[in-house]
Amino acid sequence: MSARAPVRALLVVLGIVILGVFPLVFSNPTTTSIAFFTVVFMVCASAWNMFAGSSGYIALGHAVYFGCGAYALTLLANHLGFAAGWGVFALVPVAGIVAGLIAIPTGLIALRARRHTFVVITIAFMFIFQLAAFNLGFTGGSSGLQPPTPLWSVKTYNDNFYYVIALVLLATVALSWLVRRSRFGLQLLAIRDDEERARGLGVRVGRVKLTAFILSAIPVGMAGGVYAYFLGQIFPQFAFDPLFDLSIALMAFLGGLGTVAGPLLGALVLESLQQYFTVQYGASQAYLIIYGALFLVVVLLLPRGVIPSVEELISRWRSRSGAPEPEPGETGRTGGGVVEAGAR
Amino acid sequence: MTTSEPASGNGNGGAAPGELLLKVEGVTAGYGGGDILKGVSFTVARNEIMCIVGPNGSGKSTLLSTISGILRPRTGEIAFLGDSLVGLAPRQILGKGVVLVPQAHSLFAEMTVRENVEMGAYTVRDPALVRRRRDEIEEMFPLVRERAADKAGSLSGGQQRLVELARSLMLDPSLIVLDEPSIGLDPPTRRTVFQMVRLMNEQGRTILLVEQNARAGLKLSTRGLVLENGRVRLTGTGREILEHPEIGSLYLGGAVSSTPAG
Repeated sequence: MSARAPVRALLVVLGIVILGVFPLVFSNPTTTSIAFFTVVFMVCASAWNMFAGSSGYIALGHAVYFGCGAYALTLLANHLGFAAGWGVFALVPVAGIVAGLIAIPTGLIALRARRHTFVVITIAFMFIFQLAAFNLGFTGGSSGLQPPTPLWSVKTYNDNFYYVIALVLLATVALSWLVRRSRFGLQLLAIRDDEERARGLGVRVGRVKLTAFILSAIPVGMAGGVYAYFLGQIFPQFAFDPLFDLSIALMAFLGGLGTVAGPLLGALVLESLQQYFTVQYGASQAYLIIYGALFLVVVLLLPRGVIPSVEELISRWRSRSGAPEPEPGETGRTGGGVVEAGAR
Repeated sequence: MTTSEPASGNGNGGAAPGELLLKVEGVTAGYGGGDILKGVSFTVARNEIMCIVGPNGSGKSTLLSTISGILRPRTGEIAFLGDSLVGLAPRQILGKGVVLVPQAHSLFAEMTVRENVEMGAYTVRDPALVRRRRDEIEEMFPLVRERAADKAGSLSGGQQRLVELARSLMLDPSLIVLDEPSIGLDPPTRRTVFQMVRLMNEQGRTILLVEQNARAGLKLSTRGLVLENGRVRLTGTGREILEHPEIGSLYLGGAVSSTPAG
């Protein structure tokens, strides 16, 4: 572990530097727009994984929080009379809070069920919210809503939005890392492994699951808010999109469910690829074929996702080239031997 | 969360050896309609190893569940160091220094050995304290250090038992309640596990265990208790019970003292 730490620190620094300088190096607006969408999905996949990857509850309704964040920012900006510009970004945390608040009742209901039933309930919530957005008056129905549009040049426009969502990403990854390393994260892992056993150890499973669920909804809501502001319009079918739910789950699966870096890698690969295909070949949804093929490859060759599989390969390679591994029986004997010495 | 953070030294601090630690009085408990425990009374003194034996269905595991708060007694009183445990949640009882090690396979198979051990102290907020305890435990159980990064599910049955014992020490408990520690283990591994239990006892921890292998359990213990149909049939030193003619023939297959035990 100690040998890996400097490598990890280096990778983190490298990642932050690349995130920071990307629009300076690749300043083409098409590229920066692809980068913006990619980072939006990195935020969402990372936040989703913080709950689903750690607890094993595969939620397929996080579009609810993405959409609520999008509508919250748009409605608040319009009704509170925010002028287009930097000021609207102050509403991004509010969009996150709204998403978090909505996650309380929806989470309370969905988390009463386990596994498959839970998945179905989260999907149902997503369609209920989409239906509500189509039919409620204040959401503008099927014609949607338009937040104020800043009058920045194309380059400034993309860069500003990119850096805002990059900040949200840094905060989300930091939170995800903290959760993974905390007592709270340990309890989530225990729930994923065996919920009854965790309950038997005294873990307040209901409270832990709900807290993680709410925590994961907040960054998704913030991303939804930035996304709506960037597009300058928001419609029910795009705010509450079943494909969004599948995409972020698949991104986490591709990179490595339950790891901090996995969902980031998954989103980086899949979203940039999808955006690139859309730009190259139009919005034909041909990317879905690529998605499907890629997942077949991953499921067949790297079922645990890219990062855990690569880590395993590296450690296997290391143990082969470095010190010989202890004999299988050796550790048991050592344990027993010292026990006897201690007991004397 | 506030109630369940023993800061330090439950195991050795406090009162002198021989002091009354656990008092169970007239406890009636059961699942659903019927009573499994029918007025069970006994005491456990500090630094004892007390072994509960009895035939299947006599209420041994039910008794442990009742003490550790998983099952609430219908009548009767359970007091730990004079404080009632009745009505407390398992987590609060854990906080008082009473730790249950459930029957086999209580580790989280997909989590690493180290994560499993740390789960034993998930209620402790001070990371430095957790690290210190973990270091002490790794000193005592070298296996925990050697296999720290391995998944618990990849360990053998005996190794898993040792990790379960190690995990139970993370809260520095005064009383460790073991439910059938030797179940499913071959004799050499059972001896290792029992040696570890004895070592934990020598370090000042009181042990209350239920053991299906009555002879081995009683040999390990300072005192024994025979449970029969939810009632206490007999208490005494381990040797007294082993040599009791009736108990010997009923539960231990007779001719006890002459047979070597594990």
